[in-house]
Amino acid sequence: MHYESPVRQPLILGDKSYNQITEDVVRPIESAAPRSWWMVFSIALVMFLWGVGCLAYTVGTGIGVWGLNKTVGWAWDITNFVWWVGIGHAGTLISAVLLLFRQRWRMAINRSAEAMTIFSVIQAGLFPVFHMGRVWMAYWVLPIPNQYGSLWVNFNSPLLWDVFAISTYLSVSVVFWYVGLIPDFAMVRDRAVNPVQKHIYKILSFGWGGKAKAWQRFEEVSLVLAGLATPLVLSVHTIVSMDFATSVIPGWHTTIFPPYFVAGAIFSGFAMVQTLLLIVRKVFKMEDYITVQHIEMMNIVIMVTGSIVGVAYITELFIAWYSGVEYEQYAFLNRATGPYWWAYWSMMTCNVFSPQFMWFKKLRTNLVFTFVISIVVNIGMWFERFVIIVTSLHRDYLPSSWSMFSPSFVDVGIFVGTIGFFFVLFLLYARTFPVIAQAELKTILKTSGEAQKKHHSDHGAHH
Amino acid sequence: MAHTTEPTPVVRALYHDDDVLISAVKEIRAAGYTISEVYTPFPVHGLDKAMGLKETRIAMAAFMYGVLGLTVAVTLTWYMMISDWPQNIGGKPNYNWGMNMPAFVPILFELTVFFAAHLMVWTYLIINGLYPGSDAQNPDPRTTDDHFMVELPAADGLVDVLKKSGAVEIAEA
Repeated sequence: MHYESPVRQPLILGDKSYNQITEDVVRPIESAAPRSWWMVFSIALVMFLWGVGCLAYTVGTGIGVWGLNKTVGWAWDITNFVWWVGIGHAGTLISAVLLLFRQRWRMAINRSAEAMTIFSVIQAGLFPVFHMGRVWMAYWVLPIPNQYGSLWVNFNSPLLWDVFAISTYLSVSVVFWYVGLIPDFAMVRDRAVNPVQKHIYKILSFGWGGKAKAWQRFEEVSLVLAGLATPLVLSVHTIVSMDFATSVIPGWHTTIFPPYFVAGAIFSGFAMVQTLLLIVRKVFKMEDYITVQHIEMMNIVIMVTGSIVGVAYITELFIAWYSGVEYEQYAFLNRATGPYWWAYWSMMTCNVFSPQFMWFKKLRTNLVFTFVISIVVNIGMWFERFVIIVTSLHRDYLPSSWSMFSPSFVDVGIFVGTIGFFFVLFLLYARTFPVIAQAELKTILKTSGEAQKKHHSDHGAHH
Repeated sequence: MAHTTEPTPVVRALYHDDDVLISAVKEIRAAGYTISEVYTPFPVHGLDKAMGLKETRIAMAAFMYGVLGLTVAVTLTWYMMISDWPQNIGGKPNYNWGMNMPAFVPILFELTVFFAAHLMVWTYLIINGLYPGSDAQNPDPRTTDDHFMVELPAADGLVDVLKKSGAVEIAEA
């Protein structure tokens, strides 16, 4: 009944029982925070507060405090927005797409990957909201009756599509995540000794009791949510790319943008998952659950999506030449050899060259190397967005309005602040939430546990 | 309380393995007893069939909610962009909804997903009786860790059947 081919590597190492999984998952919640956690948390909190200060300054004075000028009207803010949204995509890909493909290795990593999705989409949302300048009028993007006519929002605009896409994505991701969390919160509740802790987890667990009918519905709801989230995640970065592709700026007005952006999003998202999980598995001693095999699988995804991104870059160059449009040709020539050549070549090195190391099994199973590459890829993907946005804008049709962009300390401060905010949220999550979807993981213990698999092969395949 | 009748005593049997649980459920039902509830720490595949539970219709509900979302999106875009205040934006046609429709596809899609996902999850929480702060539904805290509990009304000879089926603990309440 519980049979899996011996060719497949075990996904849960060691001789675990159901109870042992519970103990291992709940340990970070029930034990005191290590000193290293406090140190990292303090740094993240300071970065976050610095960002809050820079945002307050922006709101108080106006977005003139950023480095923007009349030629480059979109720069770090939109770069950061696209970067953060892209990072979010890996979480949904792992929890939804890999669920539809019945990939069991997702179970050890989906909870944290989804947490990353939610926290990074929150960061992303801050940028367009604050770029509005008068944030107190942000509700104008919603189609609500007003005193101007009613003058409605423009449903033809990709910027409005973005409002709907990002808010649907964020809210559906939260709901998907929470549905999975309810049974795990119930597990924490049922073990809690401290009455305050017990009460908090009682509220969070919604009274879950693991009834047979509830589990049956749970599985159906998970499957349907995965089916909904899969096209949703593809639509989100498609729509983000349309913010650019539907305009007439050379370097933006291309039909390759949607698939190219989606591949890049998955690429950068998986890199961020690697960065976070390599730390989580080490600090919380989860090596038996988040195994080297998991890391290797993700490295393969990084290699494949990195290569897709590389093909997209080359296709863009070819089409620019082949189109015969001189503005388009100049845009790409300017990217590679103009004043921002260093950004372009950083992007090329980090995104196209560095993932190719993952062809070697020795390198993709090396944890230190993986960690370094994951950081490199995230830097590269930030540069990709910067290159697309700033180098396309700074020299367009009219040479008299050509200019350069350099960020002000406020631009830098807000970006640093969102990194701080992201880590504040993730660190709080890691200490209070079950970081592994333990209920789901228990379903594969008998098929994919190391001891259980060994027992099965020793006793022959009598089913 | 309208009724003051004695609550029927229930028997709770704990099992320590999901495979034993499935065969126990089959044995108990074959012996002619009715199982009122089973509590498990994780979704045990095949348990719903062994218990004779009907298939859930929540996916159908999600489909209906999606249709509702699509209808709302069509109505919203038609009323705001075509009927109430038509404008020529970027030369895109505003004479009728059909011609303008390609520009509305992202909105139609997002609202369909939004309605289907959220209303399905609300439905799921309501029909399962889950809400913040509600009391734990499982009588024994071990059933969210590594124990499996079968709950059924007390009857003659039941305890023997349960013992034989591999229960590690049997309690009457």
